[in-house]
Amino acid sequence: MSLVNFTTREITCKIVYYGPGRSGKTTNLQYVYGRVPEDRRGRMVSLATETERTLFFDFLPLELGTISGFTTRFHLYTVPGQVYYNSTRKLVLQGADGVVFVADSQARQLDQNIESLQNLQANLIELDEDARSMPLVFQYNKQDLPSDLILTPDELDQALNFWGVPSFPSDALRGEGVFETLRAVSELVLRRLSQEAPA
Amino acid sequence: MTEELNPRFNFGTLVVGAANRLAVTAARTVGESPGTAYNPLFIYGESGLGKTHLLMAIGQLAQQLQPGIDVEYVTLDEFVELYHAAVSAGQSEALRARFGRVDVLLVDDVHFLTHRREMQAELLRIIEQIQAANKQIVMSSDRPPAEIQELDDRLLVRFDGGLVVDIDVPDYETRLAILKRRASERGAQFDQSVLEEVARFDVQNVRELLGLLNRLVAYQAVSEIPLTADAANQLLAGEAPSRPSFVEPQPVAEPPRGDEFEEFLSGVTFTVHEQVEAWRSRVADAIVRWGGEGYRTDRLEGLLELEVPSGVERAIRDFERDVDRLRSFQRAMARVDPHRVSDPIFHDPDRLDEADALVQAALREGRPPPGPSEAWTLEALVVGDSNKVALNSANAVVAAPGTIYNPLVLVGPSGVGKTHLMHAIGNQLAGDPNVRVACLSAQQFVDELLDAIDGDRVEAWRKRYRSASALLLDDVHLLAGKERSQEELFHLFNTLYAEQRQLIFTLLAPPREVEGLDDRMISRFEGGLVVPMTAPDRALRRSIVRQKLEAKYHDVFDSVVDYIADQPVDSVRAVVNLVQRVFRAAQAEDREPDLAFVTALLEGAAPAPHRTAQRVRTSGILISPVGSVRSREKVVWDWPDQSDRVIEEYA
Repeated sequence: MSLVNFTTREITCKIVYYGPGRSGKTTNLQYVYGRVPEDRRGRMVSLATETERTLFFDFLPLELGTISGFTTRFHLYTVPGQVYYNSTRKLVLQGADGVVFVADSQARQLDQNIESLQNLQANLIELDEDARSMPLVFQYNKQDLPSDLILTPDELDQALNFWGVPSFPSDALRGEGVFETLRAVSELVLRRLSQEAPA
Repeated sequence: MTEELNPRFNFGTLVVGAANRLAVTAARTVGESPGTAYNPLFIYGESGLGKTHLLMAIGQLAQQLQPGIDVEYVTLDEFVELYHAAVSAGQSEALRARFGRVDVLLVDDVHFLTHRREMQAELLRIIEQIQAANKQIVMSSDRPPAEIQELDDRLLVRFDGGLVVDIDVPDYETRLAILKRRASERGAQFDQSVLEEVARFDVQNVRELLGLLNRLVAYQAVSEIPLTADAANQLLAGEAPSRPSFVEPQPVAEPPRGDEFEEFLSGVTFTVHEQVEAWRSRVADAIVRWGGEGYRTDRLEGLLELEVPSGVERAIRDFERDVDRLRSFQRAMARVDPHRVSDPIFHDPDRLDEADALVQAALREGRPPPGPSEAWTLEALVVGDSNKVALNSANAVVAAPGTIYNPLVLVGPSGVGKTHLMHAIGNQLAGDPNVRVACLSAQQFVDELLDAIDGDRVEAWRKRYRSASALLLDDVHLLAGKERSQEELFHLFNTLYAEQRQLIFTLLAPPREVEGLDDRMISRFEGGLVVPMTAPDRALRRSIVRQKLEAKYHDVFDSVVDYIADQPVDSVRAVVNLVQRVFRAAQAEDREPDLAFVTALLEGAAPAPHRTAQRVRTSGILISPVGSVRSREKVVWDWPDQSDRVIEEYA
């Protein structure tokens, strides 16, 4: 996918929120949706099951307007976290410019986090993407829970973040860390613009 | 409300040094063509280094070049006041419209934008408005944009999108230059060592430096004796102000939660700009750099028009490679023909091929032949009966070189002005830049030929003279008996003559009377116009004497003129020598020469002749052993003083 098109003066970024089920990916998108002025956001598409879990995916288009003469759009996606929807995850991941890995900070969810992260790597490999060069940030969600239930951001970094990419503690329900995460991944994505721009 | 431009703050009164050269270059460019080069231009530097001066200089240069242009200078404080007044009167739109009409907006002290969100938004709007209308905005600050606290990222992007330049503390040499200029502007006289002493003070800005100078001026005004360096040092010791602090109290506050989306947008805008438009700042940097060194940067400026940055890096590299090549061409030219290194072609990377061709042509032609001496002009020649014909024919030659009198042969004894006239014609011909006049003495001609033969470069030597548009050869009688030289001159003559290029020769005697000249040369000389130049008649001698005396003295007595002109001399040079003798003697006695003085001087014992004076002209001493000519100057009629004779004893 062409990230920046100098001919049509368009920048389009696809950012995928990845992570285990119930880690808070859709909550991230909902918070963003709530903070974006109406004229800047498209309709948020959310296909959820009857039990309100994401069945297919969430999609939130953001129109950032004209920046330096470029019409700039951000498309935010979430993948379904539940293990059995892998084909959907792979489909959504295709053509992603950046990934936010939303981990559940609860200690008992560590295995699911690790499993989902391995799944992300496997899917990237299958999609012929280089996991090391893909812009990636970690978000350690639910840091508002009692401290005896959760792992600290340092512990989670130790367990998950072996690439040493940026990571952010968050409380997506209240919006803590949501925009920080989005801004960090956007920056990583946009910094690749000049390298990928056609010379 | 906004301030008038201070007329003293212009580019002329600005002392340029390493610390502000870039800023001045950029400012001048902006002043010359507002709205086209660097927009906005952001100048930062600590207080007292000349930011306001530069801002006002831009305004004045723009007004000077485009009378009627609307220039507005405003400090940020004034801008804030204007804004508040407009808002309270419900006229904020009118204010925006007012700034929108300005052609050049100069905003000073924008660092006061810190913590003023609403002013930042207003300024952003005005900048957008001004840029959209291709008008110019220039701002100054005491720190770089990125260090202005809580500055909206979008403003940052705007600033960085133009050109951000700094002014640093002036170095010692610049400080000294500033002191000298200010001291002379104030009519204060200081010894160089005093100013050097002041320049050594480690001041941090120009204002402090001028403060030190003010103290000296005030002290000097009441002091009887001139200030010495030591006294200046004592006077200023301990007075040099310490570096002012620019550190403002840092507010310790959590950034407000505020509008998260706006902040996110601002961050994205900054990153996009930095990444996508980074190439523009690289191009702008290259333009400032190479433009500052005097190279034409049209090609780089063209890049800024591009929508798609395809191949920009390569274009900059190509440009720099071309500049390198231009420099190598220039070096090559300096070796061949130093006069042509300043040709503008060597500063235009788009004319690389022409520069190459120029150097190649110069290399083929070799060094240009020697030209006429500029010291000898037609105007300086005094006209009389004895040289009237020669001067007329000279004018005819200048009017139509190569067609009327070709060759022109000036014949006459030494000192009558042949060489002067020949060089004067050469200078007239060389007035046309396309004309290359070869003007030299026959002796030099022979010497160069011998060198060329020695170095196996005869062909190059021939080309050098065949490329000439005119050949002027002095003292041709010196070629007598030199067969090879005459042969070369013969071929050169034929080549140039066939192409209707002007030939001028001087000889001590008519060609036929010079022994040792080939007949074929004689016939060629006589085929043109042979003009005799004789010893100056009395009228000419009087004119010369009067001209020389009047140039030196206010009152010139006719009796003195007549007396000198009546002396038995047979050349212009001898007349001039007499006048020079009078000058020297009068100067020695510190008086103006009257008849009695001159008579006593010239009828007294003749001074020993200057040996060197005769060596000035090759024709005077290097008389050909073969060619014998009738020139009284070439023959020693009377031995000078005994002491001047060279006596050698042979063992």
